[in-house]
This record gives sequence, structure tokens and C-alpha cells, in this order.
Amino acid sequence: MEEKDYKKLWKKIVFTILLFSLVPLFALGFTVYYQFSVSYRAKILDNLNTLVENRTSATDLFFDERISQLITLAHTHSLDQLNNEAYLNKIFNTMQTRSKSYIDIGIIDQEGNHLAYVGPYRELKGVNYRNEDWFNSVMSGGIYISDVFLGFRKYPHFIIAVMSREGGKSWILRATINSDIIDNIVRAAQIGKKGDAFLINQRNFLQTTPRFSGELFGHPTTPDFSRTNSTQVEELVIENERILFAVKPLRNTKWILVVKEDPKEQLTPLLRARYIAISLFLAGIIIIVIGTFLTTRSMMNQLVRIDREKAAGEDYVIQSSKMAALGKMAAGIAHEINNPLAVIGEKAGWIKDLLVEEDIAKSENFKEFEDAVKKIEAHVDRAKKVTHRLLGFARRMEPVHEQVDINKTINETIDFLENESRYRNIDIQLDPQEDLPKIQSDSSQLQQIFLNIINNAIDAIGKGGDIKIKTAFLSKNNEILVEISDNGPGIPKEQLNKIFDPFFTTKEVGKGTGLGLSIVYSIVEKLEGRIMVASEKGKGTTFTIYLPVR
Amino acid sequence: MEDFRVLVVDDEDDFRETLVKRLQRRNLDVTGAESGEKALQLIDKFLYDVIILDVKMPGIDGIETLREIKNRKPLTEVIMLTGHASVESGIEGMKLGAFDYIMKPADIDKLVEKMHEAYDKKAAHDEKIRQATIRDLAGHPARIFEKIKEEKK
Repeated sequence: MEEKDYKKLWKKIVFTILLFSLVPLFALGFTVYYQFSVSYRAKILDNLNTLVENRTSATDLFFDERISQLITLAHTHSLDQLNNEAYLNKIFNTMQTRSKSYIDIGIIDQEGNHLAYVGPYRELKGVNYRNEDWFNSVMSGGIYISDVFLGFRKYPHFIIAVMSREGGKSWILRATINSDIIDNIVRAAQIGKKGDAFLINQRNFLQTTPRFSGELFGHPTTPDFSRTNSTQVEELVIENERILFAVKPLRNTKWILVVKEDPKEQLTPLLRARYIAISLFLAGIIIIVIGTFLTTRSMMNQLVRIDREKAAGEDYVIQSSKMAALGKMAAGIAHEINNPLAVIGEKAGWIKDLLVEEDIAKSENFKEFEDAVKKIEAHVDRAKKVTHRLLGFARRMEPVHEQVDINKTINETIDFLENESRYRNIDIQLDPQEDLPKIQSDSSQLQQIFLNIINNAIDAIGKGGDIKIKTAFLSKNNEILVEISDNGPGIPKEQLNKIFDPFFTTKEVGKGTGLGLSIVYSIVEKLEGRIMVASEKGKGTTFTIYLPVR
Repeated sequence: MEDFRVLVVDDEDDFRETLVKRLQRRNLDVTGAESGEKALQLIDKFLYDVIILDVKMPGIDGIETLREIKNRKPLTEVIMLTGHASVESGIEGMKLGAFDYIMKPADIDKLVEKMHEAYDKKAAHDEKIRQATIRDLAGHPARIFEKIKEEKK
């Protein structure tokens, strides 16, 4: 595979893995977080709703009780009784022991005259209320609850007035109540650090003191909820901030309870969950990405290696079969050449035979004939050597197990390369050990080894050099040692451990396949031998092969 | 140099004719045959001491011819001439009873040397037969008439 094909495949794999792992991760994370967020927010609103309902209930209950109390008082006593201030005082004291919120109590007749009064503001006694709104309200409605106001003592309070009929006459029982209790009830809804709650009247004036949202009797700093007539829970954006409001009107008065919350405060756990989710997601991404890259890279390296091995294997097979085909072709050619050679040899010999005849010997060109014929025979002999060598080489293409004489094999290889080496002025010398034991092996494969190494040496030297070959028998390991050294330029250190790699070559394109030494290596391995190389730049290279004797 | 009868079997005309001429110059009684079939025809009619046989020929190849020769005239010595891819056919020939083989192009002196060795072997073999026959006849003189009848065939 081409380099760019590998890159494309790599990209495709990485992309696919990332897609199939990140997309579900993201989808899962997003969905879960979203669901959680939705539920959580709904819960917050729900809680807020409950809170506002709860507080309005409590407030309404308070009012219910007070009104009940006053109505009971009004209907169980006569006007005359209550007109008696001493009697009224006694009653007032009783009321106060149970509930400290009563500030004063007064009786007013249907003309608006303040008949009796118990409480701190004695000056009210003579006042006539006929023109007051509240008077008319209670006369027509039976019950009146006022807004909160700041009394003479600067406490905030409000009035509850109830009307009673007695024998054709109406009269009003009025009590002033400290709004502390209301404030306390409302304060319970001011939750968290930023939550607020307060009561407003129908003109948006505060009836209780909020924590942050304004001053009593003023307008709250919130939007105007005074028109609300049923429970509302909503989120509003005010000055780029989101704020939750729960609003509910009271039953007994025309007041409205407003609860304000900072969603950010409520949502803190959700935010934390979001951060956790995001960091886990990011961590997941990092791990997935790193994992993907590492795994894919190692996978690709493996693929590259396998491809290379396969290609080398295929190349080896192709090379082998090429050699075999070459061998057959060479044999065919050699045979075709041998026949005419034989004829030429015979004809020349025949002429030589005839030259012995006397009359031919006398001719002036005799010397030339003789010389020519001798030369013809000599060159036929030379051609014969070539074809026989070719035939010998071709014959050994089939692998064979035989007793091989290493020295002989090396000599044959040297012969094969004789022309090449002579032309290049390279001297090849064999220093053989006599009586080298024969080994059980395949002579053509051995010849291949020596051929490749010596060929490399010749190519390395170029022109003018020496190649020395030594053989020896090492009895210690029962091995034969073959050492081939040249005085060529040597192999640089950083290339030394690559030279046996398939496709590694320092020759230019087309001049070397890079397979020669890798074939040598695999043959040596197959023969259960070892091969080592030592080289020094500028001095030369030595290959040492150890072959076990069997 | 002894004069003995030689048959050269080779389909390459130029080669065969020249070889025949050269061997005749060395005082041998040499005939040529251009194919295996021709050779078999000839050996049925005439007696040869040594046959030079090319292995690769069209029609019946050398090995087949050799087999037939050894069938019909087992005492004739055969030298294989092999010029093609495998020496194996030479060896195969020798297993079938050929005396030796030589590779083309052949040095004439070497060839003649081998031929002499072949002939010597045959001559020695013939002599043994003769001796045995004489001993046999000495014991049973009447058999000579059978022998004459046999030889006439």
C-alpha cells in the first residue's frame, strides 16, 4: 500500500472510532443532563409553588383566627357591655394574654362615633369616622382589614374591624394588630441567601419589610404583581438576571404574597452537576481521543508490518519462481547453443585433421589455417564452458538435500562472477580450510547466499579492490564458518541494523530491490545458522556466516 | 589402433557427418544413422561394437533407443551424447546399461578414448563367451551343428 493510502485508512479509522464513541457519549451526556436539568428546574418551581401556597395559607389562617376572635367577641357581648370601658379593658387584657399582637380595641357606633377605646392612643376616643373609607367598607361588607400603616409609636400595624347588629342598630368592633406576626410568617419564605418574600397591597405598596427588595410602605424593587388574582410561578429576566417569582393573593385581604428567589442559588447543585458532567465529558473525550490515536497507530503499524512481510514473502516467491523460470530458459538456451557449438567444434576439428595432409601443409596460407582452426577450437571450448556453467546453475533451481562441499560451492560462485570481477579489477580470493566436512544442505541456496553477499561486495567496491573469503570448521559448536570481507567503503553505523530489512537499499531506484540480504538472512535462518556483519566506514565490511554441520 | 565397428546416431546432420568422417580418419569402421528408428533397423542387419547415441532426438528419443538396443543386442556398448539440460538423462542411460556419457560439444580425443574403453570391455566379454562355448563344445561335440544353424539365422 502506498504511503498516502495508509494515511487515508488511518484517517478513516480514527474518524469512525471517534464518531462512534464521541457521538453516543455526547448524546448520552447531553440527554441525561438535559433530563436532569428539566426535572430539577421543575422541582424548584414546584417547591416555590408549595412555599407560596404554604405561606399564604398560614397568613390566611392568622387572619381567619383574628377575625373569628373578634366576631365571637362582637356577637357574644352587647353594645352596652362593651361600651363600658372597664369591661372592655378586662376583655382586652384577656385577649392580650393569649396574643400579644393586639395593640388596642375600640367600639364605634353606626354614626361613626368612637364610643369606647382601650389602648395606647386615647386621643382617638373623640374621633368620628363617618367619612372614612374603611368605615363605609366595614358598614357595607361586615368585615374590614386595613393596609399596614405606621402608627404613633412607629410600629407597623393594621386594623381589623367587624360589624355587629343589635336590635336594629349596627356597631363596629375595631382592633389594631401588630403586624409582626405577619412579618414573621412571611419571613419564613425568605429562604437561602438571596431569597425574599413580602406582602404588597393592590397599589403595589409593601405591607411587610422585605429583606432586599425595598422599604416598608414603599414600592418593592420587583415588578408590579399587584394585579395578580391567582397563583403564579414564573421566571423573569430583570437587568439580564433571571429571577423566580411566586405570587399568590391572600383570601382575607386584598394583599398579595410575593416570593422571590435567585434561581442561581437554587440551581447550585444543578450547576455542580453540569460541571461534573462537562469535566467527565471532556475527560472522556481526551481518553477516547488518546486511546483512539494510540490504538489506531499501533494497528496501522501492525498492518504496515504485515503488509511488508507479505510483500517480502510474495516477492521472495516471485523471485524464486523467476529464478526457476530463468533457470529453465537458460537451460533451453544453453541447449540450443550447444548443438551448433558441437557442429562448429566438429567441423573445426575436421579441418584440423585434414591439415595434416601433405599437400595442404605446403600451401602458403597453411600457418593461417592452422592458427585459425586452433582459435576456433579454443573459443568453442570457451563458449562450452559458459553453456555448461549455465546448465549447472539451471540444474540447481529445484531445492535439494544433498551433501554439499562448501569450498566447491564458493568456488563455483566465484567462477560465476569471474567476468564481472575481472572487468572491475576486483580480486576475489578464497582461503579454504582443507577437508572441510560436507554439510547436509541445499547447494543452490548456499550458492545464493554467497552470490548475494559477494555481489554486494563487488557493487560496494565499484572498481579496484579485494574480496577475501575464508572457510573454517569450528569443532566447538560443530559449525562451519564462512567469512567474506571486502575493502570497500564500509557500512555506516546507523544503517548496520537495517541492512537485513526487506526493501532496504542504498542503491538508486532500479538498481537494487533491497531484497538480497533479506533473502540471505532468511535462508541462513532456515538452515538454522547465524549471520553477523561487522563494518567500519572507510575500511570495509565483513560478513560472517555460521552453518551447523549435519 | 584397433579397428572396430561404430554406429553414430544423431539427428544433427552436420554434426553426425563430420564426426563420422573424423572417426573414419582414425581408422574406425563408422556408420551414421539420423534417427533412433534408422539405428534400430541397422543393428538388426549389421553388427556394431560401439554405438554413439544422442539423447535428444525427434521420433524415438535416445533413452528409448537405448532400451531397444539393449533388448536386441545387449552386448553392444553404448555411449550417450547429451547436450541438453540435465545430466540426469546421462545417468539414467547408464542405469539402463549405457557404458558412459559425454557432454556436447565433445572433445574428439576424449570421445575416442571412451570408445576404446567400451570396445575393450566388449572384447573381453566376447572372449569369455568364446571360451565358455569352446568348453561347452569340447564336452558335447555334436552341438557344433546347432551352433552353425544358430549363426546362420
